[in-house]
Amino acid sequence: MNELTQLSGEAFWLPVIFIGLMGLAFFIYAILDGYDLGVGILLPKDSEEQRDTMIASIGPFWDANETWLVLGIGILLIAFPSAHSMILFHLYLPVTIMLAGLILRGVAFDFRAKAPEDHKQLWDRVFQIGSLLATLSQGYMLGLYVMGFEQSLATHLFAALSAICVTAGYTFIGAAWLVMKTEGALQKRAAWWARRCAWLMTLGIIAVSIVNPLVSSTISDKWFGSPLFIILLVIPVFCFVLLFIVDRYLRLFPYPNDFGCWIPFASAIFIFLLSFVGLAYSFFPYVVPNQLDIWQSASAPESLMFILYGAAVVLPTIILYTIFSYRVFWGKATQLKYY
Amino acid sequence: MPDTMMLDTLILSRIQFAANISFHILFPSISIALCWFLFYFKLRYNGSGDDVWMRAYRFWVKVFALTFAMGVVSGITMSFQFGTNWPGYMETVGNIAGPLLGYEVLTAFFLEATFLGIMLFGINRVSNRMHTIATFLVAFGTSMSAFWIIALNSWMQTPTGFEMRDGKAFPLDWWEIIFNPSMPYRLSHMLVASGLTAAFLIAGLSAYRILKNDHKPAPRLALKTAVLAAALLIPIQIFLGDMHGLNSLQHQPAKVAAIEAVWHTEKGAPLVLFAIPDKETQTNKFAIEIPNLASLILTHKMDGELKGLNEFPNAHPPVAPLFYGFRIMVAAGVLMLIASWWGAFIYWRKKEIPPVLLKIFVGMTFSGWIATLAGWYVTEIGRQPWLVTGVLTTADAVTKTPAANVGTSLAIYLLLYAVLLFAYVRTLFVMARKSVLVDRPEEIETLQDQLLAKSA
Ligand code: HDD
Ligand code: HEM
Ligand code: HEM
Repeated sequence: MNELTQLSGEAFWLPVIFIGLMGLAFFIYAILDGYDLGVGILLPKDSEEQRDTMIASIGPFWDANETWLVLGIGILLIAFPSAHSMILFHLYLPVTIMLAGLILRGVAFDFRAKAPEDHKQLWDRVFQIGSLLATLSQGYMLGLYVMGFEQSLATHLFAALSAICVTAGYTFIGAAWLVMKTEGALQKRAAWWARRCAWLMTLGIIAVSIVNPLVSSTISDKWFGSPLFIILLVIPVFCFVLLFIVDRYLRLFPYPNDFGCWIPFASAIFIFLLSFVGLAYSFFPYVVPNQLDIWQSASAPESLMFILYGAAVVLPTIILYTIFSYRVFWGKATQLKYY
Repeated sequence: MPDTMMLDTLILSRIQFAANISFHILFPSISIALCWFLFYFKLRYNGSGDDVWMRAYRFWVKVFALTFAMGVVSGITMSFQFGTNWPGYMETVGNIAGPLLGYEVLTAFFLEATFLGIMLFGINRVSNRMHTIATFLVAFGTSMSAFWIIALNSWMQTPTGFEMRDGKAFPLDWWEIIFNPSMPYRLSHMLVASGLTAAFLIAGLSAYRILKNDHKPAPRLALKTAVLAAALLIPIQIFLGDMHGLNSLQHQPAKVAAIEAVWHTEKGAPLVLFAIPDKETQTNKFAIEIPNLASLILTHKMDGELKGLNEFPNAHPPVAPLFYGFRIMVAAGVLMLIASWWGAFIYWRKKEIPPVLLKIFVGMTFSGWIATLAGWYVTEIGRQPWLVTGVLTTADAVTKTPAANVGTSLAIYLLLYAVLLFAYVRTLFVMARKSVLVDRPEEIETLQDQLLAKSA
C-alpha cells in the first residue's frame, strides 16, 4: 500500500471505480441469482403444480440474473487480471463444481418443459441438485476467499460453515420471492420456508461474525481496533432488527389483501446489502486478501478508460431495461406460457 | 524446460479448452441465425396476418429457447476458462482481451438475456410490436456477441494496434485492434456459417415432420424458407471462404501451407484433393492431385509460388488435422450446395420436395455443425504453437494447477457434455414428433402444449 501515495490521477481512481463496479455486479448477482437459486433448492417433491408455478415465477429472469455473474467475473478479469488468475487458481475445483451445477440447472429448466411427461420429474430433480451444488460451492468459495486461501483445516471448516450460511441466505431470499410472487397454498408454504431459513441464516450470521475475527487478525483489527467501532456496530444491529421484523411478520402470515407481501423480500435485500458492506469494509483495498491490492493488480489505465466510457453508457441502459422487464412480468406469477 | 507434470497439465488443459469451446460453439452457431429466422417469421406474420407464420414461429422459438439455454450455460464455463486454465493469457494480453470481452458482456449478453424473457413468455403481456422488437433485440444481441468474440479471436490470429512493454501488451489503437486484418473475413464467414447451420437444422427437422406425415402447412413453409436461404447463402460462403484463405496466405502462410500440405516451396503447386500427409518423410502418400490448381486458387496465377512448410522449421502447425479438417469443411460445403440448389430448383419448378430429398435433408440436419467445427479446428490448430501469433505461445500461458485437478474437471465436463448433447438432439426430434400430433389434442402430453393449444 505504500505506493498509494505515489499514485495520482487516473492510475489512482480508475481501480477504485472498477472495484466499486465489481462489487455492484456481485451484489446484484447475489440478490437476483440468489432468489432463483433459492427457488430451485426449495422445489417440493410432493406437488408438480407448485413446482410449475415456482419455476414460472423465475422463468423470464434467470438467464439475465446469471449474466451478472459473467459481468462480475468479467470486471475482475478486465480490471484486475493478476488477481483474477490468482483467485481462480485457488478456487479451481469449487469453480468447476459451481459451473457443473449452473449448467445442470440452466438446461434442466428448458428440458423439463419439453421432455415427455415421464422425464419431467427427473429434470426437476436435476434442477434442484444443480441449484444446490452451485449455491454450496459459491458459499465455500466465499469462505476460502475470506480466509485468504490459507491451506489449513480451519480454513476448510470455515468454508463449510460459509457454504451452509450462503445456502440459507439464498434459500431465504428465494422463499421471500415466492411470498411476493405467488398466492394461495404455495404462498403459505413459502412463508413457512422463509421463516425457517431466516432462523438458519441468523444462526449462520452469528457464527460467522464470531468465528471470523477469531481466526483472522486482520479482520478483528479492522473491526475492533477502529475508532469507528460504534458506527460499525450499526451493521449487525440493523441486520438483526430486520430479521426480527421478518420473523414477526411471517409468524402471523397470511394477512388480508396480501398486506405487505413484499416485506420479506425487501428485508432480504437489505440484509444482503449490510453483509456486503461489512465484507467490503473488511477487505478494501485488497482484491486478494492480504496479498494483492487493487492498485497492484490493476490493468493499464488506457484499457480501463476504454471500457469505462462504454460502461458509463451501457450500464444505466441495462438497468433501465432490466426494470422494464420486471414491470412486464409484474404481479403474481401465472403458469409459464411458451411462445 | 517444462517438467513432465506441467506438460500433463498443458495437454489436459488444451483438451479441456477444445472440448469446452467445441461444445459451446454448437449452440451459438445455431442461435445466432435462428433468431434472425424467427424475426423474419414474425415480420411475415405482421405483414400478412397469415397464422401459418406464427405457427412456424411458435415451434422454432421453443427450439431456440432450448438452444439458447445450452449456449448460455456452456458460455459461462468459457468465461471462467481463461482464469482457471490460461492465467498467462490474461497476464500478457489482458489489456486487450479484457475490454473486448467486457464489451461483449455489456453490449450483447444483457441485451439477449433480458429480452429473451419477453420474447419467450411476454407475448400476452406486451403489444405485438414490442414483442417483435424484443425478437429483433435478441437477434441483434447474439450477432453483437459474435462480433466482439470474433474480433478478439481474430486479433489473436493477426494481432495489430498494440505494443509490448515489459512483456505485456498495451493497446495503441482500438480501431486497429478490433478491425484487425483477418477480422472482417472471419466474422462474415462465421455469420454465414451460422446461417447455414440454422438453415439445415430447420430444413432437417421440417423434412422429418413431413416424412412423419405432418399434414400442416407450417413445416412446409419452414422447409421452403430454409432451403431457399441455404441456396442463397452457400455460394456467398464459398466466395467468403476463398477470400478468407487468401487473407490467411498473406498473414499466416504456415497455416495455409499445412492446409494444402505443401511440404516444400514450389511454383505451380497442385491442388491435393486427397492424400495421407506423412510427417516423417515430409511427403504426401497416395496423393490425388490436380496440377497447378492450388497456385491458381491462391495466387490467381498458373505458376504462382507457394511457400512450403520447409520455410518454417519447428514453428509450423501440425499438418494432418489441418489438411483433413479443411477438406471436411469444403466437402460439407459442396454437399450443401448440391442439396440446397436441388431443392431450390424444385421450388422454382413449383413442385413439392420429393421423399428422397427430404431424407437427404434429414441426414444433413447437423451438417452445419460438422463444417463449423472442422473450420474452427483448422483455424485454431493452424495458429499453434502460438496462442497469440508472435506474442505468446500456448505453453507459456498454461496454469500451474496440478494435472490431477485438470483431469478431474475435464472428466466432469466430458460426462456432462455427452449426456447433454444426447438429450438435446433427442429432445429436438421428440418435439418434432409431438408437433405432428398438435391437431389431435387428445394426444398432447405436456401442460404447456395444452395451454398452447387452448390459446391458439
Ligand atoms: C461466434 C460466436 C461465438 C463464439 C466464438 C463464442 N461465443 Fe459465447 N455466446 C455466443 C456466441 C459466441 C452467443 C450467440 O451470444 C451465445 C450462445 C448462445 C447464446 O445463447 O448466446 C453465447 C453465450 C455466451 C455466454 C453466456 C451469455 C449469457 O449469460 O447470456 C458467455 C459467458 C460466453 N458466451 C462466453 C464466451 C467466451 C468466453 C468465448 C470464447 C472463448 C465464447 N463465448 C465464444
Ligand atoms: C468457437 C469456436 C472455436 C473452436 C471450435 C475452437 C477450438 C479450439 C481448439 C480445437 C483449440 C486447441 C488447439 C490446439 O491446442 O491444438 C483451441 C485453442 C484455443 N482457442 Fe479456440 N476455438 C474457438 C474459438 C475461440 C475463441 C473465440 C477464442 C478466444 C477469444 C479462443 C481461444 C483459444 C485459446 C485461448 C486456445 C488455447 C488453448 C489451447 O491451445 O488449447 N478460441 N481452440
Ligand atoms: C466450401 C468452401 C469453403 C471454403 C473455401 C472455406 C474456407 C475457409 C478457410 C480458408 C478457413 C480458415 C481461415 C483461417 O485461416 O483461419 C475457414 C474457416 C472456417 N470455416 Fe470455412 N470455408 C468453406 C465452407 C465453409 C462452410 C460450409 C462452413 C459452415 C457452415 C464453414 C465454416 C467455417 C468456420 C466456422 C471457420 C472458422 C472461423 C474462421 O476462421 O472464419 N466454412 N474456412
